[in-house]
Amino acid sequence: MNEAILIAILVTVVGAATPILLAGLGELVVEKAGVLNLGVEGMMLVGAVTGFAVTTITGATFLGIVAAGLAGAGASMIFGFLTLTLTANQVATGLALTIFGVGLSSLIGAGFVGQTVTVLGPLFPPALAEHEHLRIFFGYDPVVYFSFAMTLIVAWFLRRTRAGLILRAVGENDASAHSIGYSVIGVRYMAVAFGGAMAGIGGCYYSLFLTPMWAERLTAGRGWIALALVVFAAWRPMRLMAGAYLFGVVMTLELHAKAAGFEYVPPELLAAMPYLATIIVLALISLRKSVGAQAPACLGKPFKPST
Amino acid sequence: MRLELVKRKQPSRAMLYLTPVLSVLLTMVFGATIFSLLGYDGPGAVWNIFFVPALDPNKWQDLGIKAAPLILIAIGLSVGFRANVWNIGAEGQYVMGGLAGTGVALATWQMEGWWILPLMCLAGVAGGMLYAAIPAFLKTKLNVNEILTSLMLTYVSVQLLYYLMRGPWKDPEGFNFPQSRMFTDSQMLPEIGNTFVHYGVPIAFIVALLAWFILSKTVFGFEIRVVGAAPNAARYGGFNRKRTIWTSLLAAGGLAGFAGILEAAGPYGQMVPQFPTGYGFTAIIVAFLGRLHPVGIMLAAIILAISYVGGEIAQSSIGLPNAASGLFQAMMLFFLLATDILVNYRIRFGGVRSGGAA
Repeated sequence: MNEAILIAILVTVVGAATPILLAGLGELVVEKAGVLNLGVEGMMLVGAVTGFAVTTITGATFLGIVAAGLAGAGASMIFGFLTLTLTANQVATGLALTIFGVGLSSLIGAGFVGQTVTVLGPLFPPALAEHEHLRIFFGYDPVVYFSFAMTLIVAWFLRRTRAGLILRAVGENDASAHSIGYSVIGVRYMAVAFGGAMAGIGGCYYSLFLTPMWAERLTAGRGWIALALVVFAAWRPMRLMAGAYLFGVVMTLELHAKAAGFEYVPPELLAAMPYLATIIVLALISLRKSVGAQAPACLGKPFKPST
Repeated sequence: MRLELVKRKQPSRAMLYLTPVLSVLLTMVFGATIFSLLGYDGPGAVWNIFFVPALDPNKWQDLGIKAAPLILIAIGLSVGFRANVWNIGAEGQYVMGGLAGTGVALATWQMEGWWILPLMCLAGVAGGMLYAAIPAFLKTKLNVNEILTSLMLTYVSVQLLYYLMRGPWKDPEGFNFPQSRMFTDSQMLPEIGNTFVHYGVPIAFIVALLAWFILSKTVFGFEIRVVGAAPNAARYGGFNRKRTIWTSLLAAGGLAGFAGILEAAGPYGQMVPQFPTGYGFTAIIVAFLGRLHPVGIMLAAIILAISYVGGEIAQSSIGLPNAASGLFQAMMLFFLLATDILVNYRIRFGGVRSGGAA
């Protein structure tokens, strides 16, 4: 395999990993605040269809991306209202959000099947973006750089800022955070909205960049892989990024297999690989006893200030 | 005016039964509004989806056929949900049950005998159980989250189905279509009298009644409830958490697998790539709407079956996209989860006036 092919594959890997990196970062913040939102897949689908619809109608990809983020955040507010205000079960509500997202996105998307959008090109000028070697750094669209930046921002926010400290306190010990005057529910609402926006933007990366078109259930379970990624990363942003690229490799196996000359592998096996890999990875990391201890202590537990 | 939530001294039993009804009613009102805003005939959509199938006797057979797999799968899931075991991969277990039974059908092709169909059913149950055993093993041995593993396995099972249909199990006389051979008469569930309702339908209702008996009258049912409601008490009481995880996943997998083979040997009469129809996910809604209670599940399955059949009617009569029924189903679950708060709290109107509308 020559160098050019290797670089081409790496660029593809980064593209495939970007949606789960974005959605995973959002969910990481949500879980750090002590909330488990299993609706990532649903929010990604809502983002994917909104981004596609708005881009098709306005012709502006940027507007599509912003709309996708807003739509994801909007969908997450349904979850927020049910689980935070009405203290509904988080697991059940997250599942409901995913079922809802599948239905809503199919309904909205019905009118957009078969249409196409123009894919936004690389951010940097061709001299860098199409350079034989440098394209590995400069050959991506703006959303990929956004995902790099967000990884650093989330890592910095959680570790170095006062707001990040409060968010972690809310996730680790909601009762104490409440007793010293922080609004547990308020912080969690903001975290859930952020998670929704990131999932929405991650979702529209499929419909605007990777595929680029709308089809029912376009995200094909990647939202669930993003959830697994958070566990894999032990709730650490930089590790989440590394994990996303590892999954990117698995998700683009079909391309590598062709490049490496393997043509007899059943395509169905390659298509099943990301899901099998997720199960194997979850099993492997759980062999290390410390992983469970790294989860935020209040993860998934409803908070009722009055009791 | 201000709404205030006041905690009840004990959960309201009336609300426990009323909120599912309330959530269906709210779904109709909100559904009609939303669909009107989207430019469809909203009231017409609600009428077609929720009333036409229930009022038209010609559709009742359809309702039974659609409700049967939902009942079986939801009964299995409810065992786990009661014990806080979140198997959301029933769709995969349903597919694996269908595939295991199809395997028997293909192996016994051109054979005859009364034993073939029961053997296919056993294989279906075993297929679903084995597939559910994977998350059970990972959960009990390695403490891996069963939500993620069971769901990931659904995607894997669908790929296995595609592989078998395009490859080894493709009908050699099927003009290259990716589907299995048609099942023969000894491999298909017979239909009752001169209806087109297969025997799987009464079986599903009988299973629900059996489950009711087991869950309410046996020690096993008690253990499941205790482990879910109070894990610590259960541990002191000598109930084994791991055993509960295994039993609830195997029960759910077995019943989902059974539903799978009943579908394959019933309405389909062969295995096709379109076999995963989402029953495994809809059954989650059925289980909650039925309050995890076998009798409630039977009623909820009929309501969801109505929405399926009604969705098809609305598609042909007023051009509503197929996804509409899925959206109505999800809304039912949202409203149920939202109104659940009424079981433990009651709403008090009035209270402190806080300027403007609150």
